[in-house]
Amino acid sequence: MTNIPSEGTPSPATGPSASTGGFDSTLIAAFLAIGSIFWIFVAARTTDPLMQAHSFVFLTAFILGGFALGWHLYGGGAKSDGYEMGVVKAGVFASMFWGIAGFLVGLIIALQLAYPNLLYFENLPWLNFGRLRPLHTSAVIFAFGGNVLMATSFYVVQRTCRARLYGGLAPWFVFWGYQLFIVVAATGYLMGVTQSREYAEPEWYADLWLTIVWVMYLVTFLGTVLKRKEQHIYVANWFYLSFIVTIAMLHIVNNMAAPVSLTSSKSYSLFGGVQDALTQWWYGHNAVGFFLTTGFLAIMYYFIPKRINRPVYSYRLSIVHFWSLIFIYIWAGPHHLHYTALPEWAQTLGMTFSVMLWMPSWGGMINGLMTLSGAWDKLRTDPVVRMMVVSVAFYGMSTFEGPLMSVRAVNSLSHYTDWTIGHVHSGALGWVGYISFGALYCLVPWLWKRARLFSNNLVEWHFWISTLGILVYVVSMDVAGVVQGLMWRAYDSLGFLQFSFIETVQELHVYYVIRAIGGAMFFTGSLIMAYNLWRTARGDIAVREPLAAGDAVAVPAE
Amino acid sequence: MTQKEIDEPTGVETTGHSWDGIKELNNPLPRWWLTVFYVSVLFSIGYWVAMPAWPGITGYTKGLRNHSERENVAAAVAELETARNQTMSRLLTVTSVEQVENDPELLQYTMAAGGSIFGDNCATCHGAGGQGFPGYPNLNDDSWLWGGSFDQIKQTIRYGIRSGHPEAHVNLMQAFGRDGILSADAISDMVEYVASLSGGEADPAAVERAAPVFAQQCVTCHGADGTGSQELGAPNLTDSIWLYGGDKQTIHETLMNGRGGVMPAWTDRMSDAQITALAVYVHSLGGGE
Amino acid sequence: MLNRHEILEKHGLLLTVMILLVVAVGGIVEIAPLFWLESTIEKVKGVRPYTPLELAGRNIYVREGCYTCHSQQVRPLRDEVERYGHYSLAAESMYDHPFQWGSKRTGPDLARVGGKYSDAWHRQHMIDPRSLVPESIMPPYAFLANHEVREGDIAGWLKTNRTVGVPYSDDMIENAVVDLKAQVDPFSENYDAFLARYPNAVVRDFDGDPRRITEMDALIAYLQVLGTMVDFSTSMSQSKTIGDRSCMRPCRASLRTWGLVLFIIAFVLVLIYALNPRNKENFDHAKRIPLEDEDQYNDSERN
Repeated sequence: MTNIPSEGTPSPATGPSASTGGFDSTLIAAFLAIGSIFWIFVAARTTDPLMQAHSFVFLTAFILGGFALGWHLYGGGAKSDGYEMGVVKAGVFASMFWGIAGFLVGLIIALQLAYPNLLYFENLPWLNFGRLRPLHTSAVIFAFGGNVLMATSFYVVQRTCRARLYGGLAPWFVFWGYQLFIVVAATGYLMGVTQSREYAEPEWYADLWLTIVWVMYLVTFLGTVLKRKEQHIYVANWFYLSFIVTIAMLHIVNNMAAPVSLTSSKSYSLFGGVQDALTQWWYGHNAVGFFLTTGFLAIMYYFIPKRINRPVYSYRLSIVHFWSLIFIYIWAGPHHLHYTALPEWAQTLGMTFSVMLWMPSWGGMINGLMTLSGAWDKLRTDPVVRMMVVSVAFYGMSTFEGPLMSVRAVNSLSHYTDWTIGHVHSGALGWVGYISFGALYCLVPWLWKRARLFSNNLVEWHFWISTLGILVYVVSMDVAGVVQGLMWRAYDSLGFLQFSFIETVQELHVYYVIRAIGGAMFFTGSLIMAYNLWRTARGDIAVREPLAAGDAVAVPAE
Repeated sequence: MTQKEIDEPTGVETTGHSWDGIKELNNPLPRWWLTVFYVSVLFSIGYWVAMPAWPGITGYTKGLRNHSERENVAAAVAELETARNQTMSRLLTVTSVEQVENDPELLQYTMAAGGSIFGDNCATCHGAGGQGFPGYPNLNDDSWLWGGSFDQIKQTIRYGIRSGHPEAHVNLMQAFGRDGILSADAISDMVEYVASLSGGEADPAAVERAAPVFAQQCVTCHGADGTGSQELGAPNLTDSIWLYGGDKQTIHETLMNGRGGVMPAWTDRMSDAQITALAVYVHSLGGGE
Repeated sequence: MLNRHEILEKHGLLLTVMILLVVAVGGIVEIAPLFWLESTIEKVKGVRPYTPLELAGRNIYVREGCYTCHSQQVRPLRDEVERYGHYSLAAESMYDHPFQWGSKRTGPDLARVGGKYSDAWHRQHMIDPRSLVPESIMPPYAFLANHEVREGDIAGWLKTNRTVGVPYSDDMIENAVVDLKAQVDPFSENYDAFLARYPNAVVRDFDGDPRRITEMDALIAYLQVLGTMVDFSTSMSQSKTIGDRSCMRPCRASLRTWGLVLFIIAFVLVLIYALNPRNKENFDHAKRIPLEDEDQYNDSERN
């Protein structure tokens, strides 16, 4: 099967990039020490049981970090002057782990909506929908998506800059720091530590921790870009950079809050009411824009041309759509607040910029799809390519649907209904999920230096089960949304509201069941994938699919 | 470093750069793409001119259409009300259910209005069909705590029961046990007595012991024969209809801690015409007097 | 333009800074004016900070993630106004940190649920939602009745809210625990003082358990105050002026704003003109004029 050719991949940076005992480890050691002291202080002083639990989580993590650092410095880890690929491998593991966890929680809450007595514990709050739903969204967006982005960005930036990751141990700090953030956020939701601001639920101390990790991420990434051996910065890296920089800005501004005290897990947001609403949706919408769009476009810009060995369709288009996309995206937030108490002028701006966003979004789709010109046969022969191309098609669909739903008249029907859920999942399962799966299917053989995947047939299975699942999911939710929206506004011939609210809930039951089936299919696909990747990493080859001549090992040089 | 070359399958020139083997073509921007983009920009500019759009120092551009969603909804509701008003205003003159029942058009109208209001406001407690739940009366039967006539139903909807509204029904069942009015033994006896009133199994000795206590403590509201009083909202204890439950444990609980269920006053949320429609609707559910 | 872009492609820091500048614009233009435009938050009477008990309830609402299924925002649409009541005003949530307008209605909107149902209904519905609404898909919240509100936390909550701009007075913060207790006890000696601090607050034993102040008390107290602070029967006329369509002749404020926009557009056009490479030669020439010898100038013209 197609493996990437290794021509044109010169050896990476040489020189004093080895990290042992350098400035980086001193810094990390100092940081861990100071952090531990802080959390010991919190654990000793706090009267808040939730904060106490979290201070122990932090402490444990910092102590483990200290051991890992010591092990690394005194004899442990393999030292390499080549590319830093260990952290990418770890990222692949983490992506798969959190992905499955996130999909599973999604399936559980989908079933809870269909069968509300599932996981029904009247005296235990931990498994209620209100606590599990943020767990699902954060797990798939930040844990799964975030790890895919970090892993691929570390891989892509090294290879397209021909430079080892900057900062010695810093990438490992970023990786483990990010996992710690995920654990703190997730356990927090279950225990009831949340700001209840959509997609920004983690409390103040988790936010601060993420800020530190994220700044280190920026330093690592930008540092690598700055020491590149290529004259130009590749387009994928522009997208990664915009994702990292903008998420930093959004995260910091949106999470400004006053904690009740240093030893309390509770905080109150700096802004209130209408200002808070717009700040939050400026953040919320652009978490979609810069986490789930530009970040994954970066993946597309590397993995599609690399996998099919074709040049990117248009350099000019990538410039124009990159700048127009990032400029316009930021304005679109208010369309989440149509018809609310947000002033109408802001709603107008939100809607018009969303409409203008349509073509800049599609620029990415054109560049992704047209890159296949001259290699369309790969769609038939390589299921991984098919997955990535379908992903781009889903991207096109949801970036058309988005502007459509931002039009006030449409939004008055769709908002607050499951249409939004359907829209989100066509983007999340179709676009984000599939481009991530495609990238992981590429990465594992490359990283572990295998001739090809364990089984291409399993990829076919994954592809078809998941695609069917996505379609079932999206169609059921879109229909459910329209039905509910129409029922809410239905008047009988005499001029009275025709349906009570609870009748609409009853009506949706069947759609919720169908949706859960779709979700279960998608989840099954991801399990198949995990198995396939695991066997691939181990170096197995499916018995029924012996290696062919075209599978000759052509792994990128390290 | 930069070697421009021609890409064979497409015949397009590359930019001459290569990253990890990835090259770039330099195809022009698709014309349709640019055109649609420009059209969307023009649309937006037009929209800004028409609608409230750009903020400034002291205000924002109001737009040529002077659009205000809040004015629009007020107009839309007013329009709807005008359309309904012809019949709705007739509801204000309704004084009896018969009046509505004898006028098929008005009846259809009233039932539609009442049903619509009932679904979102009343069904939450009384059930979608008015069948009620423990503590929330069944509206389908013939038993009425505060009266089931058209006027009485209207009165109850309007001001509620123990709702805090000055006109609301206020009488409540005392907590005979908790407040120490009756001893534990007396309450146990009374449970038997009350059970016997509706023909339930009861210990005759206990019933005998409780009879004088009933006459002393309970008759004021429930009457000497236990048939209750709609004036005072006291339920009939001799029938098999129970608001909270007729098993001995529930009766014991009622006697111990009293009862004082609350129905909100709806006068602030509903117009008089709506309340009238609702009263007719509730009256028609089965048990109107 | 493509040649210009090479500069960015070759300078990582410059690219980073450009990205930051480009993405900063939208937020600044859209969010910042909300803080200074007076029309953003309506002037209505009645909106007060939450009482300690209501605030405790709000914390529970936030903790349990109620926003994932319930909105608190009635839109100015005919069916919503008829179903839920008057559309929501910005003023009604001005003391909400964070806002809880929500984005999904798996359950009904709660913006005006205050006073709609009895406390007993809420209590039973929290304990077992389907015992009252068989079609409901809400999870149970029976545990709230078993958890007492931690008195020690209350003053800190109020104080922090004051830090972020909610007008809690010293008096309110000092009496936080007193007020917490006063709200569930209609016979308390602090009844009047409490109502003086929090006008129109409801004083009741919300959870039917007078011995303790539970999270159930708090949450029900919060739900019962939602949407009740503004009296729309008297302030309708005020809120109607918000739409402000009376401005049929050009308003001065509007003119001023449009003028500002035009000015900015003109400024951008001038910038484009000035920085256009095609004009560079002209400008360079113009720049040199004062330094040039007149003779030379004449000479060059003659040539």
